[in-house]
Amino acid sequence: MSEVRLTVNGGEHVIDVPVGASLAHVLREELGLTGTKIACNEGHCGACTVQIDGVPRLSCIMLAHTVEGEVTTIEGLREHPLVDAFVRADAVQCGFCTPGQVVSAAALVAANPEPTREEIRHAMAGNICRCGTYPKIEEAILSWQD
Amino acid sequence: MARLIRTEKEVEGRFEEVWIVVEEDPLEQWPEGPLSVVGRDAPRQDGSLRVRGEARYTADIKLPGMLHAAVLRSPHAHARVQRIDLAPALALPGVRAAIGPGEANGLEEEAGWAGAPVAAVAADTFAQARAAVEAVDVEWEELEVVLDPEDAVRRGLVTGEARRSERGDVDRAFAEADVIVEGTYRTQTVLHNSLETHQAICEWQGDTLHVYISTQYIWGIRQEVAETLGMPEDKVRVVCEFMGGGFGAKNSPDEYTFAAAELARRTGRPVRCALTRHEEHTSAGNRNSTIQRLRAAARSDGTILALEGEFFNSVGWSGWSSPTEGPMRALYACDNVRTVTHAAKLNAPPMKAFRAPGFAEGTFGLECLIEDLAARLEIDPLELRRSNYAESNEGTPYSSKNLEECYRLAEPHWERRHEVRARSDAVWKRGVGMASQIWYGGGGPPSYAWVRLGSDGRATVITAMQDIGTGTRTAMAQIAAEELRVPLEKVDVVLGDSARGPYASISAGSSTTPSMGPAVRAAAADAREQIEDIAEQRGLPKNTPVEEVVGLLEEAQILGKGARGPNPTGMSVLTFGVHVVEVAVDVETGEVRVERVAAIHDVGRIINPLGASSQVEGGVIQGIGHTLSEERLLDPETGRVLTTSLDAYRMPTIADVPEIVCEFVDKPDEHLTNLGSKGLGEPPIVPIAAAIANAIRDATGAEVHELPISREEMLRALEAAKEKERRGAPAAV
Repeated sequence: MSEVRLTVNGGEHVIDVPVGASLAHVLREELGLTGTKIACNEGHCGACTVQIDGVPRLSCIMLAHTVEGEVTTIEGLREHPLVDAFVRADAVQCGFCTPGQVVSAAALVAANPEPTREEIRHAMAGNICRCGTYPKIEEAILSWQD
Repeated sequence: MARLIRTEKEVEGRFEEVWIVVEEDPLEQWPEGPLSVVGRDAPRQDGSLRVRGEARYTADIKLPGMLHAAVLRSPHAHARVQRIDLAPALALPGVRAAIGPGEANGLEEEAGWAGAPVAAVAADTFAQARAAVEAVDVEWEELEVVLDPEDAVRRGLVTGEARRSERGDVDRAFAEADVIVEGTYRTQTVLHNSLETHQAICEWQGDTLHVYISTQYIWGIRQEVAETLGMPEDKVRVVCEFMGGGFGAKNSPDEYTFAAAELARRTGRPVRCALTRHEEHTSAGNRNSTIQRLRAAARSDGTILALEGEFFNSVGWSGWSSPTEGPMRALYACDNVRTVTHAAKLNAPPMKAFRAPGFAEGTFGLECLIEDLAARLEIDPLELRRSNYAESNEGTPYSSKNLEECYRLAEPHWERRHEVRARSDAVWKRGVGMASQIWYGGGGPPSYAWVRLGSDGRATVITAMQDIGTGTRTAMAQIAAEELRVPLEKVDVVLGDSARGPYASISAGSSTTPSMGPAVRAAAADAREQIEDIAEQRGLPKNTPVEEVVGLLEEAQILGKGARGPNPTGMSVLTFGVHVVEVAVDVETGEVRVERVAAIHDVGRIINPLGASSQVEGGVIQGIGHTLSEERLLDPETGRVLTTSLDAYRMPTIADVPEIVCEFVDKPDEHLTNLGSKGLGEPPIVPIAAAIANAIRDATGAEVHELPISREEMLRALEAAKEKERRGAPAAV
């Protein structure tokens, strides 16, 4: 066990976790932030996406002790207009990948408020949705400011 | 009034005769077309919970004192445990219990595939459990590994008898035909890969077992767990409020549930057993590969005279033999049809139902063969399909069939082919293809729902069903709101707990809406009749708003109950559709891009057009993965799964998605329940592979015979087409 300091959604946390624990594990198990999902646990699917200083990162393959910067999870983005845009567009089926999709999309629109379809496809290609909500995700991101 | 009937029950194309008690369904169907709530777009009622990460999945449940289990799996594709010693595992830190072969259902001495469960350990953390599993000392006796399905069938290594069907005089029809086409088609093994892996948490409270599980069938889990453990069913409570995808793989409890139950019993603590992604790829089920040897005979006017198919289902170590021959038997009018379907028992991971099992595979073979026939007859493929239109299902009338209307809706998309082809250049060849869809999806009884209204004017639908992500809560709320004549936002749906609601259908076989919807409507109608009765007693007009009447109730409540009535007797309830696909093929590299898909389906009344379009898009996209990129590979020597990660096993991303146009006939099936709705989860995945293959043929002349259509297969087909052209097309037989 070793101490780790994390800033998550604006709050400071100092906790003891085993060396080698992933950020995703710490968020879910230690901080109770279960909106971040673990689906592959090896950085292939994007379900665990969080932002670090606004940049989307895969928290399941990031060691908690190496995190530098402010972590934003879906819990910190619940009031983001993208949430309503996803619901309106039906960009959610089983929903297991969806928080990660929203975190990636929020980083995209922060950097580029009016992305083109091509830009959306490029930025969101790391988030797998097995239910196939992709067309609706595209629509949600295109209409997030409505 | 309940009555006992003998009826045929269908799930995923498997039929059984059962005695069931059904309730009469006296409600008239609503008129066709959009109503106040039903037939209109509704965003998901639980959408916000899911999007905001507040929905609690099995993966998120953390019970006090909960332990974590890991499963020891066979490294060999076929082996027997000679000796097993759990002591080294039990000696490790944090380990609380360990069980071996025979100590929980599913843990067995004989391992039939690489990944078969053998033992399980529970520890304080998952990492400790995994380490302990590694420490279990096993001595294996390796046995012969059989991986070739045709070899297995020849040797009598099968999971069951071959399934044979024959009508008419097939040999004579082939002898009298003007044209005969034949081909061998192969489909690969694909993985469900729900993002939430298979998992369960088991906890004993007294003599009751509480099972929190990611499942498509709460009541099936309850029944199977109770039967396996020798318990009364009511002593097993099954909970699944939110689940992260199933696609057919989560209909049964399996070793992870039984191991968790036994480890929980031994430790007196709740135990979670969750599969890893790698285990999901080796041990959680798959759509099995097939080999299809097909022949068709026709008259020169385009009449299909005979169809014949020999099908090999590579079932794996266990599972069932899906109806790969189904489309050949049912899609077209044809008097002479002969099929035989073999079920090869291999040292490979067991199959599980996967979104239209058998029909997705069989439609690829059949609809490519029909395309071949159209080419040989020089008849337009749409015209050929129309002229062999089946008017009955082998003599049994359809409850409804609007495939002709689907074909009519397909015309403008099909007309685009001239313009699409004209956009070809030297490298990128473009073309358009189509394929038809037939599948089940009628649902059936029993299923029940309750509706509760209070003086606040809100209604709650209560039924112990599951919403696997298809928008079930919303569809049920819409049906109740329509019947009660209240706004949609006044209706909540409570589901997901066998202890807190009546029996509900499996969410598989495209049966959720057609099974549950009529029960919900019946419950709402029962409540509405009571409300009208109260209004009458108070001297209020019959059309007094519900809110006003129930506002008089104070603490009193209105409780309605409803049941799913029977399916129409002597009728086939089926779904239909057609896909028209546009592709571009790079003839130098073999890259295939799907550019546009028009998906047209006839599934009776549409409850929520927005949710329905999502179902279609999802099925089409999953089908594109099956067609172009997904393949679970086994090492041909050892039988081990080579594609154990989402890096090696390639599913579609947002960048792979074409333009998808969804259209529905949206005509209620007048013979089917008080709703006239059929299911939609599976139909969209059925025709997509064949439609893509046929579009490739239209673009390039190349005939693909294998899924996935990898660049290797595409280049082989292009080379074969060139060779055929050099030799000159063979004359008709």
